[in-house]
Amino acid sequence: MDARRSSRAVIDPKIRMVGFFAPPAPIPFEFSPSGNSLSPVMIPPPLHSSENLELHSQSQPSVTSTSRDETIAVSRGQNSCSEEIFPAPMSLSPSPVASTLPRCGGIPMCNLTTVSVVNADSFAIDEREKPIKGGGSAVEVKDEAVNSKQKKDKSSKAERRALQEAKDAAKAATKAEGNTASRTATSANVKSAKAAKPPHKDVNTSAVASEKKGGDRSSEKDRKKDVPHPRMQYDDKSRVEKAKRRAVVNQTESRNRVELFRHLPQYEHGSQLPDLEAKFFQLGPVHPSVYKVGLQYLSGDISGGNARCIAMLQAFQDAIKDYTVPRGKTLVRDLTAKISSYVSFLIECRPLSVSMGNAIRFLKSRISQLPRTQSESESKTSLQSDIERFIYEKIILADKMIVELAVTKIRDGDVLLTYGSSSAVEMILLHAHKLGKQFRVVVVDSRPSHRGKILLRRLVEEGLSCTYTHINAVSYIMHEVTRVFLGASSVLSNGTVYSGVGTACVAMVAHAFHVPVIVCCEAFKFHERVQLDSICSNELGDPDVVSKVSGRQDVNHLDAWSNTENLQLLNLVYDATPSDYVSMIVTDYGMIPPTSVPVVVREYNREHVWT
Amino acid sequence: MEGEGPSMENPKISAYYQTRLAHFGVVSTEWLAQAQSATKPIPSSSTDTSTDKDANFSVIDEFNRWRNHPDLAEAVAAIRALAAVISSSKASTMMQLEIELKNASDTLKAWDTTSISLTAASDLFMRYVTRTSALEFEDFNSAKARLIERADKFGEISYKARKVIGMLSQDFIFDGCTILVHGFSRVVFEVLKLAAHNKKHFRVFCTEGRPDRTGLRLSNELAKLDVPVKLVIDSAVAYTMDDVDMVFVGADGVVESGGIINMMGTYQIALVAKSMNKPVYVAAESYKFARHYPLDQKDLAPALRPVDFGVPIPSKVEVECSARDYTPPQYLTLLFTDLGVLTPSVVSDELIQLYL
Repeated sequence: MDARRSSRAVIDPKIRMVGFFAPPAPIPFEFSPSGNSLSPVMIPPPLHSSENLELHSQSQPSVTSTSRDETIAVSRGQNSCSEEIFPAPMSLSPSPVASTLPRCGGIPMCNLTTVSVVNADSFAIDEREKPIKGGGSAVEVKDEAVNSKQKKDKSSKAERRALQEAKDAAKAATKAEGNTASRTATSANVKSAKAAKPPHKDVNTSAVASEKKGGDRSSEKDRKKDVPHPRMQYDDKSRVEKAKRRAVVNQTESRNRVELFRHLPQYEHGSQLPDLEAKFFQLGPVHPSVYKVGLQYLSGDISGGNARCIAMLQAFQDAIKDYTVPRGKTLVRDLTAKISSYVSFLIECRPLSVSMGNAIRFLKSRISQLPRTQSESESKTSLQSDIERFIYEKIILADKMIVELAVTKIRDGDVLLTYGSSSAVEMILLHAHKLGKQFRVVVVDSRPSHRGKILLRRLVEEGLSCTYTHINAVSYIMHEVTRVFLGASSVLSNGTVYSGVGTACVAMVAHAFHVPVIVCCEAFKFHERVQLDSICSNELGDPDVVSKVSGRQDVNHLDAWSNTENLQLLNLVYDATPSDYVSMIVTDYGMIPPTSVPVVVREYNREHVWT
Repeated sequence: MEGEGPSMENPKISAYYQTRLAHFGVVSTEWLAQAQSATKPIPSSSTDTSTDKDANFSVIDEFNRWRNHPDLAEAVAAIRALAAVISSSKASTMMQLEIELKNASDTLKAWDTTSISLTAASDLFMRYVTRTSALEFEDFNSAKARLIERADKFGEISYKARKVIGMLSQDFIFDGCTILVHGFSRVVFEVLKLAAHNKKHFRVFCTEGRPDRTGLRLSNELAKLDVPVKLVIDSAVAYTMDDVDMVFVGADGVVESGGIINMMGTYQIALVAKSMNKPVYVAAESYKFARHYPLDQKDLAPALRPVDFGVPIPSKVEVECSARDYTPPQYLTLLFTDLGVLTPSVVSDELIQLYL
């Protein structure tokens, strides 16, 4: 890990370090001042019982976890002050990671309050492990030592403050009528706190209390924009708190959260759906159609980029139809706020896909472009027809175009491989079959979603000759494949294809076998963002489905996994395929190389659809 | 048979490569006689064309007339011919004229489907000429005049493209360098000629360019300019690559991925050059940019030509007759075009902007 870190510093553009290396944070840093100073306080609640307490001195009571936890904590401290996301191993094995020093630019060190206790200690550990490193890093080590010293100075001050805040928290706790987060946070801590010493508990409760305070303060400002940022950092507690207070869906954070993915929402699954269904009649602000779609997202009834986008747009259409402007308000402002509240509800049900984000952007720009003089009913009908047009032009027609283009790449005797279930790929295969082309399809599938089965059934019903296999066998089956067709959730402007997890694996194997990889993606799913790995932005699925094997009662080794504190299950939903492994992207604008994605994004914007 | 594309009566043989053979093949050997007996004689000026449905004007006639200039690329000939279609048209409305033009360009494209530059140039011409915003507002005659003006301008640009490329690429040829060229490309020859005129000292390795041996022709031309030339058989490319500083090739077509379609053997030269870290430069006019996206070698419409091995081939033995191959963009360093010096990935950007 160390070696890789230093090689990262010497930028070598030829080596593509995918997966393990996070880029300089692509997320614009927009913490509120209070959030900034408070976020480092949010030490991840120690998940592990303390075994290596002897490593730590008495003055640092809050450190009760293994070294991995600390390094992550450091990285998060870093995150908030140096905008550098920490590279950490994807595997869950507890490997100690040497951290670079937090290069605080303009932000003063004192922003690190209580976390400095942890930081100082972990730096010490890091230094202990460092000597393996070459001479080049010597300076770094020294710097770290200086830093840790600085932080130690601060720590006493921080502790005092923590004590003060703990008192406040005690008062607040009696009053609080049950904020779920604080409840879960404290309850999660209680267990570990038993092992730890009393001050530890104080720190944690104070953290909760102070974050609540910070949240209150800044929420005044943020009240207007009530949609959480689509890529909200979920390890930023104050923001999470804010979002939670507005939330309709009652979500409890899962206890065994995966460390590397703490910035993503990780909730207990299974409880929201009945909860939300019970609330059906109490929900004033959310339109029933939107509500229905939200429930369908939550239960997984609607999945796939296009289906989700169309369902959402149609729900919005219904909502606009039933919408009347309240007295004393203007349509443009009130409807935008309304849509935003729907969107935040949908985000709670399931994080937005890029396609949905683009569609929302389109709708909002349409609303804001409405002429003020237009009557209410006219505006409503024009909006509805706009949505209709978007669905037709950008999704249905685009798919037709893609099918027409991609079919030309299928020849007689081809063996086509596809992964998962993509609506565009399905249409291509069916159309090619209708044209009488002679080819064979290999459907590759994976646990736990088994989405390939749906595709397989439809293909077999139409009489295509298919092979079905799991991703474990992809390297075996690849040598007989002549083309790989993949769908995508999004294509980012560096050519990275963001798609269902496993896609990257299939593309890489295909590349290794010199099989052309064709990605089929509508242009409205293109995004100007750049992403180099699957870590900084992703979605986490229900970890329970990873642990269970359907139809195998005997495979029950993970049945009580949530009680095991040193185990976290990771169920990633998406992954990022680097553009090197993509031969061609088929869009409604034609067949383009992945290097030309920015051109399409640019041209697309020029159409003034979005802005 | 003259005037009619060979694609009409013998779809196996590529007209494009026949023309190249006629223009750049070595005329002295008996091999040509053999080749000529194997192929059909090259269509010269034609009189009895019947492919075109137009009553009194034939694009193909016009095209063939232009095509006979060995210095004029086929694509430029097509552009000139299409421009002539506009000026000789008797259409009275804009719509009619456009339909006539479309028909003419379709006829041209159908005449030889194997020529990428012909197709690309016709398409680009249509885009360039008909994409004038003022068309709807003007009366027909001035609109037509404007079209002719644009067509002539496009023809002029295309004609001058080679000179522009020659100038652009001079910076890349340094004194004392050794350049490997493959086949005969008029653009590459232009580049080298200009470099020789500029008193640069460089050495050229010419591949033989089997089967039509266009490399012999190029070495002949270069020798006339007192450029030191060495002839290399096609299979000695890897052997000589050590001494080579850069590879210069032309292109029959530049495709959307940024790769090129060129005479057979270009791909393997590019592979060898890549593995030895030698730059591969492509000189190609922008009218060769085509909306194709081959994924692999077999993804091209095959352009066939006769291959002569000098000895009779047993009937059971198959002969690979494809005339061209596809070089993927990762093996190319830069493209010298009249739009500027481009990396392969820019090609697709240009194409998207042209066709979107």
